[in-house]
Amino acid sequence: MMNLTLKIWRQKNASDKGQIVDYPISGISPDMSFLEMLDVLNQELIEKGEQPVAFDHDCREGICGTCSLYINGRAHGPQTKITACQLHMRSFKDGDTIYIEPWRAEAFPVVKDLIVDRTSFDRIQQAGGFISVNTSGNTQDANAIPIEKENADKAFDAATCIGCGACVASCKNSSAMLFVSAKVSQFALLPQGQVEATDRVLNMVKQMDEEGFGNCTNTGACEVECPKGISLENIARMNREYLSASLKG
Amino acid sequence: MSGILNSSIGRKFAMALSALFLMFFLLQHFAINILSVFSPDTFNEVSHFMGTFWVIQYVLQPILIFGVIFHFVMGFVLEIKNNKARKIGYAKTSRAANSTWMSRNMLLTGAVILAFLVLHFIDFWIPEINTKYIAGDMSGLIDPANTESGFRYYEELVHKFHSPLRVGAYVIAFVLLSLHLLHGFNSAFQSIGANNKYTNGLKGFSKVYAIGIPLGFVFIALFHHFTH
Repeated sequence: MMNLTLKIWRQKNASDKGQIVDYPISGISPDMSFLEMLDVLNQELIEKGEQPVAFDHDCREGICGTCSLYINGRAHGPQTKITACQLHMRSFKDGDTIYIEPWRAEAFPVVKDLIVDRTSFDRIQQAGGFISVNTSGNTQDANAIPIEKENADKAFDAATCIGCGACVASCKNSSAMLFVSAKVSQFALLPQGQVEATDRVLNMVKQMDEEGFGNCTNTGACEVECPKGISLENIARMNREYLSASLKG
Repeated sequence: MSGILNSSIGRKFAMALSALFLMFFLLQHFAINILSVFSPDTFNEVSHFMGTFWVIQYVLQPILIFGVIFHFVMGFVLEIKNNKARKIGYAKTSRAANSTWMSRNMLLTGAVILAFLVLHFIDFWIPEINTKYIAGDMSGLIDPANTESGFRYYEELVHKFHSPLRVGAYVIAFVLLSLHLLHGFNSAFQSIGANNKYTNGLKGFSKVYAIGIPLGFVFIALFHHFTH
């Protein structure tokens, strides 16, 4: 069993200034997930009549992208290619001090404690992260259009982005380029995405800029911290798509 | 197309183009300077050509000056915008775990290079412009009245490297230029959308360029300091 000191960002609401609060916690099993450890803490806080720590979580199996914790200076904690819910306490040592903070970006304002508002991602998606297809009554077979294996694989890899926002949280500029480029790439690589390709990239990048995300300076931090291993190659592809669309438009 | 410089990607593209142009300029600058080590006469001839050929003086030189100013101004503009994107920072960060020092400190290394460029302009460029376009001496000779006196370029270069303080500043600036290029070279290609099967090879070449060229400039400075 482990004894730890947690330093957690507490903030009552969006307008509260917020601060780091220390919470000693004991009896933590190395086999617990990180979120289960927070559940234990919250149970203790509730029993003491205090407000539990608010944090986002849903599937707890690394699929939904809801959990969004900046743990000891890294998005989703010290391991790579996992989400915070997939992080286990065996990644820490007995006696450790663990900083737990929300994603930090002007485009991700804090709602409460560790929960941030990521609807800016939704608005970017709504600006062009889709294809328009009539599906009522004349649905085509998925394999009717041949797609090169390499492109199919790359499109699939891009589509594995779960929109968690770790890329923004990790980037020193709070840039959303990895997220947006994954969404652009997954369509740009497939024939179904070509019809709206020009408008898609222009509109999604415009929305990204309007949301207040920073510029990409190619540090590569986003790629390292992405739980799904989305490649920087997607950002280069989006740059090409954008420049080409700008010339056409 | 008109609004491309108002977009984040457009600004980075412009930044990358100016960087690629400056890297090409740096390469040709080095190729000429290294001649001073092997053949002072050739160095003088080439310097005179570069200093008097109208295409270089009136077309390429203004483009170069614009490129330098644009690169620095855009660098600061991007930095200001990036700082606005995260007004409240983290209590704890572990940036070394996911990115290199060079990639995170381009503004710092760039600012030192800018300071060096000011010194470089005072040392070489302003006296050169003064001699040619204000004093009106386009001869390139040590003594314009004496055609036998020979070209002045090599003598001026050697004279500048007498001072150990200047050579020290030169070395520091080129170490920081090397760090700047170690990230900037590949970053420029990524920004223009070039990330493909050649990227790994390009990364290898970028290391050779980013270390080799600044090291070469340092060698030239030290060579003239210790041999004259």
